[in-house]
Amino acid sequence: MAISDMTHNPPDDRLNRVPDFGRAPMGSGTEAHLAHIWESLPGWRGWFSTVDHKTIGLRYIVTAFIFLLMGGIEALIMRIQLAGSNHALLTPEQYSQLFTMHGVTMIFLYALPILSGFSNYLWPLLLGSRDMAFPRLNALSYWIFLFAGIFMYASFPLGQAPNAGWFNYVPFSGPIYNTGPNIDVFALGMVLLGISTTVGSVNFVVTLFRMRAPGMTINRVPILVWGTLTASVANLLAIPAVSLAFFLLWLDRQIGTHFFDVANGGKPLLWQHLFWIFGHPWVYAIVLPAMGIVSDALPTFCRRPLVGYAAMALATIATMLVGFEVWIHHMFATGLPTVALSIFGAASMVISIPSSVAVFAWIATIWLGKPVFKTPFLFFAGFVMLFVIGGLSGVMTAAVSLDWQLNETYFIVAHLHYVLIGINVFPVVGGIYYWFPKFTGRMMDEKMGKWSFWVMFIGFNIGFFPMHVAGLLGMPRRIYTYSSRMGWDTVNMIISIGSFIFAVGILIFLVNVALSLKRGARVGANPWDAATLEWSVSSPPPAYNFAAIPIIASRHPLWEDRLDEDTGRSSLTEGYLLTQGRETIGTSPIDAKPVTILKMPEDSSTPFFVGLFVSLMFVGLLLHWWNFAGIMAAAGCIALIIWMWPQKALAQRVPSAAHSHGEAHD
Amino acid sequence: MTDASPFNQLLPVGSKGKLSGGWWGILALIVTEGSLFGYLLFAYFYLAAQTEQQWPPEGLPVLLMPAVNTAILLASSACVWISEHCIRRRQIYWSIAAMILAIALGICFVMIQLTEWDRKTYDMTSSLYGSLYFTITGFHLCHVIIGLVVLLLLLIWMALGYFDDRRYAAVTIGGVYWHFVDVVWLFVFTTLYIFPYL
Ligand code: HEM
Repeated sequence: MAISDMTHNPPDDRLNRVPDFGRAPMGSGTEAHLAHIWESLPGWRGWFSTVDHKTIGLRYIVTAFIFLLMGGIEALIMRIQLAGSNHALLTPEQYSQLFTMHGVTMIFLYALPILSGFSNYLWPLLLGSRDMAFPRLNALSYWIFLFAGIFMYASFPLGQAPNAGWFNYVPFSGPIYNTGPNIDVFALGMVLLGISTTVGSVNFVVTLFRMRAPGMTINRVPILVWGTLTASVANLLAIPAVSLAFFLLWLDRQIGTHFFDVANGGKPLLWQHLFWIFGHPWVYAIVLPAMGIVSDALPTFCRRPLVGYAAMALATIATMLVGFEVWIHHMFATGLPTVALSIFGAASMVISIPSSVAVFAWIATIWLGKPVFKTPFLFFAGFVMLFVIGGLSGVMTAAVSLDWQLNETYFIVAHLHYVLIGINVFPVVGGIYYWFPKFTGRMMDEKMGKWSFWVMFIGFNIGFFPMHVAGLLGMPRRIYTYSSRMGWDTVNMIISIGSFIFAVGILIFLVNVALSLKRGARVGANPWDAATLEWSVSSPPPAYNFAAIPIIASRHPLWEDRLDEDTGRSSLTEGYLLTQGRETIGTSPIDAKPVTILKMPEDSSTPFFVGLFVSLMFVGLLLHWWNFAGIMAAAGCIALIIWMWPQKALAQRVPSAAHSHGEAHD
Repeated sequence: MTDASPFNQLLPVGSKGKLSGGWWGILALIVTEGSLFGYLLFAYFYLAAQTEQQWPPEGLPVLLMPAVNTAILLASSACVWISEHCIRRRQIYWSIAAMILAIALGICFVMIQLTEWDRKTYDMTSSLYGSLYFTITGFHLCHVIIGLVVLLLLLIWMALGYFDDRRYAAVTIGGVYWHFVDVVWLFVFTTLYIFPYL
C-alpha cells in the first residue's frame, strides 16, 4: 500500500530545483568538476562507450572521408578505362559494379554522413548546449553507419558487388536478371543504413527544438542548423520510402513475392516512384547542410554578417518543400501522361527561385564585405560559382523536351557532378579548413591550402565541364567503352586528365591535414575572429563544451560589440552551471525560454552492441541463416531494454524515499 | 547579466512527462513510422488500381472477425489511456490493473490475427494480393508485438514502483506508441477490408 497511499510528496531537489547561475572560469573548482563529470574513460573502454558528440562527429567525418577516397579510386579506374576508345582494362560487368559502387558510396556513404559529421560536431557548440538531445542514439547512428558501409562492401572483393546503378531499377535488379547476391547486399545494406540515418535525423530534430541556449530564439540559429534541420525532417519523411522499396525488392528476390514482378501483376514503375519520392528530397538533404556551412562560414571571411538571413532560412525550407514535389522529373522518359510531366517540369523550374535567392545572398555578402582571401574563402567562393553552373544545367534538364534529348547521356553525369562536387565536396573541404583549428587546436597550412584549392578547382573544371560536351555529342552514360569512330576520344582524354588533376588536389589537401595535425601552429579560441558560439570555447573544446551555459541575445554573439545592433549583449561567461551529474538546460521550441533541466546519460557501450546485433541480424538475413538472425534480433532487443531501463540518475523514475541532499527548496 | 531574475526559476529535473527528450523522440519516430505505413498503403493502392486480377482472390472479405478484432485493439488503447490517467491520480494499483488488461487485449488481437492468416487459402508468394496482404498485416503485427513488449516492460516497471505522479514519462511515451499502432490499424483495416467494398 505504500505507494498508493501517499497523499502528498515533499519537495525534492532531485526532481525540481533552481539551477545555479554564475561563472566557472578555466581552472576553477567548478570547471574541474565539470571536466571530471563529462570526460570519457581513457583507453579502449572509453573508445567503445563514448557518447561525446564531438568524438562521434569526428568519427563520422573521418569515416565518410575514407568512403570518399574509396569512391574516388573507383572513379579513377573508370576514367582510365574510358580515357581512350576500346580499352580493355575492365570487363563490362566490372564496369557496372564500379559505377554502381562509386554512386552508392558517394551518395549514401559519403555525402550525407560527412554532413552529419559536421552537424554532430558543431550543433551543440553552435546552439550553446552540452550535447545532442540523445547522445546514445548518436553513438548508435554512427555504429550502424559504419557497419552498413562495411556490409555494402562485403561482396566487392568477391567480384559480386551491386551492379544495377545506384538507383537500382527493376526489372534489371529483380530475381530474373540478377541472380547473384549483388543486389541483396545492396538492398539489405540500404535498409540497415536507413536505420542509422533515421535515428540520426530524430536526434537533430529534437536537439533543435529542445537544446538551444536560453535566448537563442528560432530566428537566431545559424543557417547550418536550418540546413541540417530541413534535411533531417525530409529524411524522416522520405527514408521510409526507400527502405520499403529495398525491403520489398528483397522479398521479391528471396521470398518470392510479386511487387515488381510483371508476370504476376507487379509494377516496375512502383520502384521508380518509391525510389524517387525518397531520392529527390535526399539530393537536397546532401546539399542544404553544405550550403549552410557556406552561409555560416563565408561571412567570417567577408567581415560582415550574412546578407538576407531570413531569406536564406526560408529559401532552405522552400527548396525542400518543392523538392518533395518533383520526384517525377527523374521519370520524364517513362511515358507518364503529359499533364503530369508539365506540372512536375514547372515545379522543377520553380526550385531555381529559392536557389537564386541563396546565390544572390552569398554574392551580396561578398560584395558588401571586405573579403579576406584565405583558403576557406576560396573554397566557398568557388562553390558559389560551381553552384551557378550546376544549377543552370539543372534548369535545362527540368525542361521536359530537352530532358528527353539529354536523359542518360554524359550531360547528366556532368550535371550531377557539378551539383554534388560543387555543392557538397567544395564546402566540405572548405569547412574542414575552417573548423580544423576548432577540431584540433592547430591551424592548417595556408600555402598548401591555396595550392589544394587551385589544383582541385582547375582539375574539376577540366575534368567535368567537357562532360557536357560529351553528352551533347551523344555519349551515353554507363558505357564501359566506345568505338573510336564515335569521335569521343579527345573529349574523354581531357575528362580523364582533369579527373586525375582533381584527385591530386585532394591528395594535397590530405597531406596538408596530416602535416598540420603534427606541426600546425597552435591557436586560441577564435583564430578567424568569427561570430558564432563555437568560437567562444577553447580549441579543441572541453568535454562539457560550455562551463556556464551562455545566454544569447543576437545572431552573432561574438561580434555584438562591433556591430552594435541594439539587441543587447549575450552573456558568454556567466550562465547556468548545472554541475550535479551530466546536465544541460532544456528550452522551449520557439523562444528558447528555459523550461527544464535535462539529465544527460553517462557513457555506455549498449549503443555499440545494439548496432552490432542489428547488423549481424542483417548478415543472417543475407545468408538465410534464419535462426541466427532471430537470435541476433533477440539479443538486440535485450540490449535495447538494458538501454531503456529507467534510471534514477536520469530522474526517469522516482527517487528513493531517503533524501540525500539536505534541505529541499520550497 | 544585469537582470538575472528570469533565470532563477524552479525548473523540473530529468525526464518529466512531455518535457522529456523521449516524448519528442517518440513523436519523431511516429512521424517516420507513419510515413512507412503511408508508403505501404500507397503501394497497395498503386497496384490495386492497375490490377487485372481477382481482388482479393477470395472475393469480398468477411468483416465480422476483423471488426471484432479492431474493437479489441481500440479497447486496449483505452486501457492504456486509463492506466496513465490512474498514475497521475496516484492510483497505482488501478493503473497496473488497466495495463494488464491492455496487454491481455493486445495478445487477443495477435491471436485472432494469426487465425485470420491461417484461414487464408493463399500465402505471400501465391499472388500479388497475397504479397500485399501478408506484408502489410505482417508489418503491422510486428509493430503490435513490439508494442506489447513495451507495455509489458511498463507493467514491470510500475510493479517495481518506479513511477508515481511525479515521474512517469515512460508510460506516456510507451502509451503514445501503442495508440499510434492502433491508429495505424484503422488505416490498414479500412484499406484491406472496407476498400474492396467501395
Ligand atoms: C574524382 C572525382 C570523381 C570522378 C573522376 C568521378 C567520375 C565518375 C564517372 C566516370 C562516373 C560514371 C559515369 C558513367 O559511366 O555513367 C560517375 C558516376 C557517378 N558519380 Fe562520380 N566521380 C567523382 C566524384 C564523385 C562524387 C564526389 C560524387 C558524389 C558526391 C559522385 C557521384 C556520382 C554518381 C551518383 C554517379 C552515377 C552512378 C550511376 O550511374 O549509378 N562522383 N562518376
